[in-house]
Amino acid sequence: MATPAFADLLKFRLHKNLTRWLVSGPPFLFLLLFFLAPSLIMVLASFRYPGEFGGLAPLRDANPAVLQGLTLETYRFFFSDVIYAEIFFKSFGMALATTLACLVMAYPLALLIARSPRKHRDLMVLLVILPFASNFLVRVYAWMIILGPQSAFAHAIGSALELFGITPVPLLFSPVAVLIGMIYVHLPFMILPLYTNLEKHDPVLLDAAQDLGANAWRRFWDVTFPLSLPGIFAGSALVFIPVLGMFAIPDILGGTRDMLIGNLIKEQFLGVRDWPFGATLSIMLTLMVLAWAGFSMWLARKWSHSHA
Amino acid sequence: MALLELRHVTRRFGALEAVHDVSLSVEAGEFFTLLGPSGCGKTTLLRMIAGFDQPDEGQILLDGKDLADTPPEDRPIHTVFQSYALFPHLSVADNVAFPLKMAKRPADEIARRVREALEEVRLADKAQAYPHELSGGQKQRVALARGLVNRPRLLLLDEPLGALDAKLREEMQVELINLQRNVGITFVFVTHAQIEALALSTRIAVMSQGVVEQVDEPDRLYCAPRNRFVADFIGKINLLDGHVIASGSEGMWLEVAGLGKIVMSSVASSTHTSKGTLAIRPEQVRILGVEETTTAENCFQGTVRDLIYHGDVTIYTVLLANGLPFKALKPNSAPGRAKFFEVGDAVRVAWPKEAGIFLDH
Repeated sequence: MATPAFADLLKFRLHKNLTRWLVSGPPFLFLLLFFLAPSLIMVLASFRYPGEFGGLAPLRDANPAVLQGLTLETYRFFFSDVIYAEIFFKSFGMALATTLACLVMAYPLALLIARSPRKHRDLMVLLVILPFASNFLVRVYAWMIILGPQSAFAHAIGSALELFGITPVPLLFSPVAVLIGMIYVHLPFMILPLYTNLEKHDPVLLDAAQDLGANAWRRFWDVTFPLSLPGIFAGSALVFIPVLGMFAIPDILGGTRDMLIGNLIKEQFLGVRDWPFGATLSIMLTLMVLAWAGFSMWLARKWSHSHA
Repeated sequence: MALLELRHVTRRFGALEAVHDVSLSVEAGEFFTLLGPSGCGKTTLLRMIAGFDQPDEGQILLDGKDLADTPPEDRPIHTVFQSYALFPHLSVADNVAFPLKMAKRPADEIARRVREALEEVRLADKAQAYPHELSGGQKQRVALARGLVNRPRLLLLDEPLGALDAKLREEMQVELINLQRNVGITFVFVTHAQIEALALSTRIAVMSQGVVEQVDEPDRLYCAPRNRFVADFIGKINLLDGHVIASGSEGMWLEVAGLGKIVMSSVASSTHTSKGTLAIRPEQVRILGVEETTTAENCFQGTVRDLIYHGDVTIYTVLLANGLPFKALKPNSAPGRAKFFEVGDAVRVAWPKEAGIFLDH
């Protein structure tokens, strides 16, 4: 009997499609409404004039004296002053430094956790994510105290510098303080993907490498490290991108002169109330992140090919 | 001097003695097999030879030199792991090149030897492929090429055929023997599959619960097992326990409870014991219909309990008068006939007094 079989198949297909929509529909709608739509609004805003009291100028106004319609003015402004390029450059440097510092610090720790007995691993992972249990701002403010001129830490650093004949400089409100804060906040985002990757490595591969003549150094660089590249890339993206847009840490720990892109954008929206320029800066930032991501993916592919 | 020598090697894990006082020697060029059921200590022994584990007592010597202070990476011993352990991020050629790179050979030599090794295992066309693109048999051959390329003194193989299907297994067995003959490297092979061990090995060490039960050539193990465990583990066998009631130059008589007297050729060493076992292989036993005559000295009545048809032969299990299941093998060589007896048939089993082995423990 072919007909009932066909009907069954159809029902199965419909059922499968319905399930697919039920599962993927809500997140799809959410992203459409709260991610795609605002992004498009931002793109549109970057081509408009600022309103008289913040916000955006109307697209059409009866009074011809009022600025209206679409313009490239904000982009012209962005490229007219080298200061914006400098801030972008500085932010990139900060993001790069934070990413590298996090990688160097997180790798041994992730390796240690991954190679610990299974019963200890969960506890160690819990300790890594424990800082998330308290408020991010509170933790950054705590660094204000640690790095402040009265702290034992600042005194110790000061005395150490004096030993080498260097006049101590205040730690707080400096790029160094911002870097410390950035590293501190983002370290778990590097540790977790690295650990997740390292934990999956088959230990027999290290046995095989050793059996075939690899000492501990070669076992790391020829087996563990290349196998952990996906984890390194994931962790680097999770640190680099948020650091690039971060404004709270430079606001709290940085000096007034250490403005990063995040602070600049925030200023445009909340301080200067120039929404179109803020939107322009955001779009430039997004474009740069995409360019960077594309570049590093290309680099990763080239690298893994040269090693293949 | 033996290439590899194990002297009174013992390894304990807590209260468990995984390897107990094992002494073995492997000669250069041998295909030596450690055979035993899982948990018999053969893998522990292999790990100690490779250097991943240290014996609690005893010594392991290679070319007469104690290996105790040599870490695995410095031993001229390579291993083919059960799971192959190919490096997933390296191509086939780079996997094979790995031991040569670690030995810091010049690049042109590496390229040449990798090519030769891959040709040896018939995988020259897969040099640029990655392990995940290979079949089980191909992975196996890459692992072999990688283990052999730097010409180790000894190649250890840890159940390397375990993950392959039956047909591929047989092909790989032939390939392994040929490869070993061609390269002339000594193999120490670990397996729990006795058929594999019989087919491949120059000599076999049968292990059970951490102890070596017997070391011998395959045919000696099969025909002259030294004890019950070896007899039972290698191939199929019937074991009849009884008391020695008479022994002389013309034969020895064994009284088996519920069955009667069995006569066998006298064994010089067994004259002192009163208890003993006759071990007899199914292919040495004839199965007869009740009316057939036989010249064999031992002949007992029974009924067919079950039969396993193998195509070329059929193995009948006959229930004897004492309730003991007794196996007899009959070749299906008569034209047009597949089976001679059915379940429930009254039959007789017979064997001459020269057949079988007497085990005194």
